[in-house]
Amino acid sequence: MPRRLVAKVSDMWLAVILVGAAAIAMKAVGPVAVGGRQLPRRAMLLVGALAPALLAAFVVTSTFATGKTLVVDERALGLAAAAICVACRAPLLAAVVAAAVVTAIARSV
Amino acid sequence: MILRPWAYPNRPSKGFTDGARASLPLCLVLVAFGASFGILARANGFGMVAPVVMSLTTFTGASQFAVVSILGGGGGLGAAVAAAALLASRYVPIGLSVAPALHGSLPRRFIQSQMVIDESWAVANRGDGTIDGPALLGAGFALYLSWFAGTVLGVIGGDFIGDPEALGLDAAFPALFLALLVPQMKSAQSRIAAVAGALIAVILVPFTSAGVPVVAASLACLAGWWRK
Repeated sequence: MPRRLVAKVSDMWLAVILVGAAAIAMKAVGPVAVGGRQLPRRAMLLVGALAPALLAAFVVTSTFATGKTLVVDERALGLAAAAICVACRAPLLAAVVAAAVVTAIARSV
Repeated sequence: MILRPWAYPNRPSKGFTDGARASLPLCLVLVAFGASFGILARANGFGMVAPVVMSLTTFTGASQFAVVSILGGGGGLGAAVAAAALLASRYVPIGLSVAPALHGSLPRRFIQSQMVIDESWAVANRGDGTIDGPALLGAGFALYLSWFAGTVLGVIGGDFIGDPEALGLDAAFPALFLALLVPQMKSAQSRIAAVAGALIAVILVPFTSAGVPVVAASLACLAGWWRK
């Protein structure tokens, strides 16, 4: 086996092990450190505001970011369709399906 | 509504099964994306075993795609691991928000914590700062199996699933997060947190590596201390 290929194969497994360990550790740190206990009142205020902050960040990055560039593409149309569904109090599934269908149609034309 | 989750310590739970059921549409999306991960990983010389091991251990799509595309594109091990770790670092604040809902011994909490991903966390979010623990585990487990099954399909040649992007499935994620965000924006604090979080993320996208914008957006939770 050529040496470069050997190095690449072991790099791959090192990455699998290191990234796996990092992801497992980062998911575990909160529940292992403070699991089952009520957080102090001031900490709960922060945690309560964390959901809207992160959800909003997910919405904008998964719609408008492609790598490091900000773009407005077919996903924005899909998001608009989802927004209409949410405004009409349609179920979550309808919003998700509408976004996918509108995005797929926009890409195909 | 004011964010006072500690005032309701014993909120009713939807339960494990209902959590899994609520996540079913997302499970289909994760099967498709798991398959595209498997296909991409194999095309980049990762073989058949490593991608499946990765889906079973790392279990967070963004980090897995980052590793495969950086190493496959000739990037170094350090760059690949750093990018993937940055992408996964949002699970530190997410894990803290989930912590009060996970009970039991330390090993039990450790295993339960591995069922936390963006989608299960979002589905189990009650919208008042608390998390429905059993629903989180149900949704997480269903999504875990879907991600695993999708990856297996991808590495054994799942071209029949088609290109998830041509099917518009990548737009399912922002739609999901929007549908879960809107009912949460009832208080002034949560509206400020949402706007600030979105602004921080958008401003940082061009200047930082992927993953940083969302982690930095968690700073917007300081809006929780906002007084009207």
